[in-house]
Amino acid sequence: MQFKTIALIISVAGLATTAAVAQTKPKVDPAKADAAMKTAFPKAPADWHPRLVGDETMKDCSAHRNTPPQALAKTIRERAKATIQYPPDGKLMGDWKKGEALAQSGYGMRFTDYPPKRVNGGNCYACHQLTKQEVSYGTMGPSLLEYGKIRKFSEADTKIAYDKIYNSHATFPCSLMPRFGANNFLTIDQIKDLTALLMSPDSPVNK
Amino acid sequence: MTKRTRWLMTLACCTVAAMATPAFAQGDTEKQLEKYRQMMKDDPWSNPALLDADRGEELWKKPRGPKNVSLESCDLGKGPGKVDGAFAELPRYFADADKVMDVEARILWCMEKLQGFERAKLVERPHPGGGAPVKELGAIATYVASRSNGLKFAAKFDHPKEKEVLALGENLFFRRMGPMDFACSTCHADTGKRIRLQPLPYLSKPEEARKVVGEWPAYRVSTTHVMTMQHRVYDCFWQMRLPQVELASDASVALIAYLVNTAKGGNISAPGMKR
Ligand code: HEC
Ligand code: HEC
Repeated sequence: MQFKTIALIISVAGLATTAAVAQTKPKVDPAKADAAMKTAFPKAPADWHPRLVGDETMKDCSAHRNTPPQALAKTIRERAKATIQYPPDGKLMGDWKKGEALAQSGYGMRFTDYPPKRVNGGNCYACHQLTKQEVSYGTMGPSLLEYGKIRKFSEADTKIAYDKIYNSHATFPCSLMPRFGANNFLTIDQIKDLTALLMSPDSPVNK
Repeated sequence: MTKRTRWLMTLACCTVAAMATPAFAQGDTEKQLEKYRQMMKDDPWSNPALLDADRGEELWKKPRGPKNVSLESCDLGKGPGKVDGAFAELPRYFADADKVMDVEARILWCMEKLQGFERAKLVERPHPGGGAPVKELGAIATYVASRSNGLKFAAKFDHPKEKEVLALGENLFFRRMGPMDFACSTCHADTGKRIRLQPLPYLSKPEEARKVVGEWPAYRVSTTHVMTMQHRVYDCFWQMRLPQVELASDASVALIAYLVNTAKGGNISAPGMKR
């Protein structure tokens, strides 16, 4: 935990320098960028228009190239925390087998995915190593091999995992990881299944 | 020429058949790509995209459209009908259209204004499905790009409108949007990353952009057709869960301007070959 905090401080410090460099770039009127996006997608149905403009957090992150200054980082973190919803019974772990299927699936919300044939997937393998069996994994995020085992399957870390999947920015402002819960990409039950995939002693992640 | 064409046709057909099987896996694509790369080393003519460049050349020269004229009066920036080296200086500002255009936007404009084709029809389904050949506009773009093969990207971006478009492209490259919070930069602004097993080029870094941007339009082994740069951007927007971006939209041209400018000085080796 302490190591993680230090790592975070180091990376934030590193990022701050990049942000200073980024600020010398020519400014683009946000209204102009919005207009260019809107006219580029003339076939988009009205209910897709919000997808062309990020919410406040995405605007903040884009403006700072994902390296927000400290005060803003705090705002983003607090804003993210406020979005997280928990299951009414407080049980954060579901079925890891369903979680594994969700981690494999990249299905959902692409314009070829309508009307939906399946539930949305979490696509975790696109960015993370999770199990020894699956060798086709991406490297945009850290390896999650033995995620629960390393953390001694603790309750506190189960909540951290749930929160991470629900809204990654609650612990890492401007994370590149999608906000699966906050963006309604995955349901609470699906997030529970994914939390079990990471935290259950029976899960292949921890074998 | 005809012998080469025939041989290429056979090759392309066999590949389509092999790839049409549903179980066609990623590893097989890699093997196929490796096979092609080796063939291209032995014989640079073995890229199936050259068939489309040939088709594009015919389409460029033939009188077509409601006005029955050829594209030989189309000005790609170096004067009407001048194709050689034109691609290397695109995107650029065109006073007649009062717009900055990349190669596809410019060909589209010429097909509309000179030949009388209906723009709405040309942009309706501009990209081929898997296995189908690149559309006419894409074939023409492949031909035009191939005539800058061996040159370096040298678009100047010194006109105020060009500068504006470039800044917009950079802004959009880092703009996070959609239900996955992706920006182009999410996947293309770091070294050595991959999504599943697909390597992700660091496109905002000149050294890496120079290696890959000059290969477009490219024959894509996994979908067995030529994919143009506008199509590539369309496909990445699809991954971002955004709607269908219009061919030659200001946003897609701006993004391409940004990519090309980042790749400035890099070699053009179009049409290239991609996984
Ligand atoms: C687009 C890439 C991407 C996808 C898809 C993705 N992640 Fe992540 N993930 C990241 C990145 C980048 C980080 C590091 C930054 C952070 O902690 O937010 C991360 C961090 C994490 C962490 C914290 C790791 C640690 O060491 O503290 C967990 C847990 C995690 N992801 C789980 C998941 C799960 C489960 C899924 C699937 C539902 C998923 N991720 C999908 C990119 C992704
Ligand atoms: C979710 C990740 C993701 C996002 C976001 C994304 N791309 Fe891509 N992009 C990819 C992948 C994966 C490939 C390689 C595809 C392949 O190999 O078939 C790729 C390939 C490319 C290439 C070709 C690179 C080469 O090797 O020649 C270009 C150019 C490109 N993307 C531009 C963009 C632009 C512009 C955007 C923003 C509009 C964007 N991408 C957003 C994943 C992404």
